Amino acid sequence: MSTTRKFKIWRGDAQGGDFKEFDVDVDPGMVVLDVLHRVQARQANDLAIRWNCKAGKCGSCSMEINGRPRLSCMTRMNVFGPDETITVQPLKAFPVIKDLVTDVSWNYRQNKRIRPLKPKPRDADGEHRMYQEDVDRVQEFRKCIECYLCQDTCHVLRDRGGQDRFVGPRFMIRLASLEMHPLDADDRIPEIRKEFGSGMCNITRCCTEVCPEHINITDNAIIPLKERVVDRYFDPIVYLGQKLFGISKRR
Amino acid sequence: MSLDISELKTIETDITVIGAGGAGLRAAIESSAQGLKTVVLSKSLLGKAHTVMAEGGMAAAMGNVDKRDNWKVHFRDTMRGGKFLNLWRMAELHAKQAPARVKELEEWGAVFDRTKEGLISQRNFGGHRYPRLAHVGDRTGLELIRTLQDHGVHQGIDFLMECTALRLLKDGERVAGVLAYYRETGRFVLIRSRAVILATGGAGKAWRVTSNSWEYTGDGTYLAYEAGAELMDLEFTQFHPTGMVWPLSVRGILVTEGVRGDGGILLNKDGKRFMFDYVPERFAAETADTVDEATRWLNGDKNARRPPELLTRDVVARSIRAEIKAGRGSPHGGAFLDIASRRPADFIKRRLPGMYHQFKELAEVDITKEPMEVGPTLHYFMGGVRVDADTQMTRVPGLFACGECGAGMHGANRLGGNSLSDLIVFGTLAGKGAADYARSLGASPRADDEQIKVAIRGATEILNRESGENPYLLHEKLQDVMEEGVGIVRAEDELKQGIRGIEELGERAKNMKAAGTSQYNPGWHEALSMRSLLVTAEAVARSALMRQESRGAHTRLDYEGERDEWVKYNIVCRKSPDGHMECEKVLRPPAAPYLEEIANSKIEDLESGKVGAAAPND
Repeated sequence: MSTTRKFKIWRGDAQGGDFKEFDVDVDPGMVVLDVLHRVQARQANDLAIRWNCKAGKCGSCSMEINGRPRLSCMTRMNVFGPDETITVQPLKAFPVIKDLVTDVSWNYRQNKRIRPLKPKPRDADGEHRMYQEDVDRVQEFRKCIECYLCQDTCHVLRDRGGQDRFVGPRFMIRLASLEMHPLDADDRIPEIRKEFGSGMCNITRCCTEVCPEHINITDNAIIPLKERVVDRYFDPIVYLGQKLFGISKRR
Repeated sequence: MSLDISELKTIETDITVIGAGGAGLRAAIESSAQGLKTVVLSKSLLGKAHTVMAEGGMAAAMGNVDKRDNWKVHFRDTMRGGKFLNLWRMAELHAKQAPARVKELEEWGAVFDRTKEGLISQRNFGGHRYPRLAHVGDRTGLELIRTLQDHGVHQGIDFLMECTALRLLKDGERVAGVLAYYRETGRFVLIRSRAVILATGGAGKAWRVTSNSWEYTGDGTYLAYEAGAELMDLEFTQFHPTGMVWPLSVRGILVTEGVRGDGGILLNKDGKRFMFDYVPERFAAETADTVDEATRWLNGDKNARRPPELLTRDVVARSIRAEIKAGRGSPHGGAFLDIASRRPADFIKRRLPGMYHQFKELAEVDITKEPMEVGPTLHYFMGGVRVDADTQMTRVPGLFACGECGAGMHGANRLGGNSLSDLIVFGTLAGKGAADYARSLGASPRADDEQIKVAIRGATEILNRESGENPYLLHEKLQDVMEEGVGIVRAEDELKQGIRGIEELGERAKNMKAAGTSQYNPGWHEALSMRSLLVTAEAVARSALMRQESRGAHTRLDYEGERDEWVKYNIVCRKSPDGHMECEKVLRPPAAPYLEEIANSKIEDLESGKVGAAAPND
């Protein structure tokens, strides 16, 4: 049995735009992306949405739904109240291209700055040996689907002021996945501190909260990286500041 | 309207790869490593291609879990799974080269699940005699694509994201490049290229119930067809036995075969484990015939035979459908897939985290406590562009195809896990084949302006028209036609009706209208994709009508069972000089004698070395 629901969808481009209202028929079991597709097919053929798998595995359909960064394919309509208007807008941290689609190329540029794995030599029999307990944590980070919801919610990146100083949670976990990789022979600590700005994170855990893959970004990746940096460049003030107040200082 | 081609944004390159999934990325890495300037067109953002949806793993006979495994057993499994219609040489190359390709991924940063000895772990899957699938939980495709992406961006490859190919350009017989457009701006881009590799995947979006994403619209088959290449084996469309069936909005989303590989069983509404009733003769000698034996196998008894839930996908999909037809289906028209009663909750969450998550969030089902409801979903194209087994070149000089959009490797039915390995094996061969070809060319081929203008006009008229057909609604109609006429079981009348339906839609599609401007306009993109979908759907329906037998994924109600006559032929479709689609039976190339011997051997003889000992290993 379908019901009619009210949607407010942001429409516009880099020059500006505003919210447009749509009344849409919603069937049981639908997710927000289904509703947007229905709007697109029936009411606004040129409504721009980015999506691919519709199963929470590719991280394409990120947007802000009632103010919260979410994957629209994994947001079921029954999480909202029966009369609640649903407001949908593009990610705030990145420039709008059109409607719900943003230009996330900044993230691809950050990824390219990170040096790839530098593998240790293979064993004499041609195998790499790694044990499950040693790769569990790296595998947690490699679950990342690059939806950039963490980047969107990160205080340093959200107003775009910090994008030249911090790579953001997504790439902190990528760095952590290399730094903690049992086969990696590279030393990444100096650049994690200097180039990638590990000190910028204030450990508010917002990124962890929005991660659709439930990766423990702050506790398992960022804090351990900060600790490795502090171990290398011991500075009691930075150390105490981080421990007590979550403040960091750039040197 | 006057068009000045010299004002178009133009890129000159050696190799252009269309598609940035596993096959396309691997091909680009190879051609780039060979020193050729390589451009990759990606319809989506990098790292989002349909490869991310692959769950279970990639098959490679490394023998890390069971030392009895080797390329010959893998090859034999692949041929039997493909109902002996696979191109022998492709199945051989695949079984031999997959282990090296998997290990190379590790060098590039992939982190597979491990055995106790610290090696790459391998899991059981349908149709594979031994645990053979290298995997990362149930997100192996993501690991593959991220590994290739993160390696690829450091190889000097030029990636054009959200850039869609519209037409292949030619200079005489040879390929000369691609005309494409950027979604972000709606602007056209001309890529002049010495060789082109298609790696565009399948066309599941022609059906309503599918595990495929929006990108799967048959772009490669369409581009190749229009450029004069041949399509082959299009009648073989794989319906994966286990897609979600409820709620409706997620119908078709994949439930990994890994659930059954890790012990999951199929039950009908009466709680009966029905797969024991559907074991085909060919597999009877190697399949458990009692619940007790199947349980012993699950508990690691190496003398027990495999449970019937791990029969090949075509068999399991048809069995589920038969149960539903007989009125023994689950409440929402599927079968029950139960792992909750077979494995402890923490095992399920560790081995199948994605499935746990997917059912919890989308269907409010806890798979550690309750069974899932599943049913067949269109999953994979065994058929595609016809290529040479060793170089992956089509009959158009300079045009290559690999991965799902290529044909031949999987015959009439693909084994689970053989797709990801296909991508990296034949991606590599295509990259090398294209590099060799491009190096051997003299002067670069050059497409004339007229072809480019025709392609641009064909795209812009959809926007410029005053009014016309809504492309979204036409697409929905096509899905109806395919579900009704070209589904999991087929018959002459329905297929003919399907072909008429596709032709009618083809006429209407000539008058599609997309509202709005060219900038990031999904309606326009949908209209452009419809052209690919219609050609690919027509090739499927015509090939299915022509093949008068049931083999693998192609089931004809009016021609039951495999017919010996038909194993000799592939069906090939091409564009005739007058613009119509012509389909033809063509004789398959003969097998090397050692391959035929291995494929037809008794497993005991193969493993004792009585058969196949003299086969070349490289």
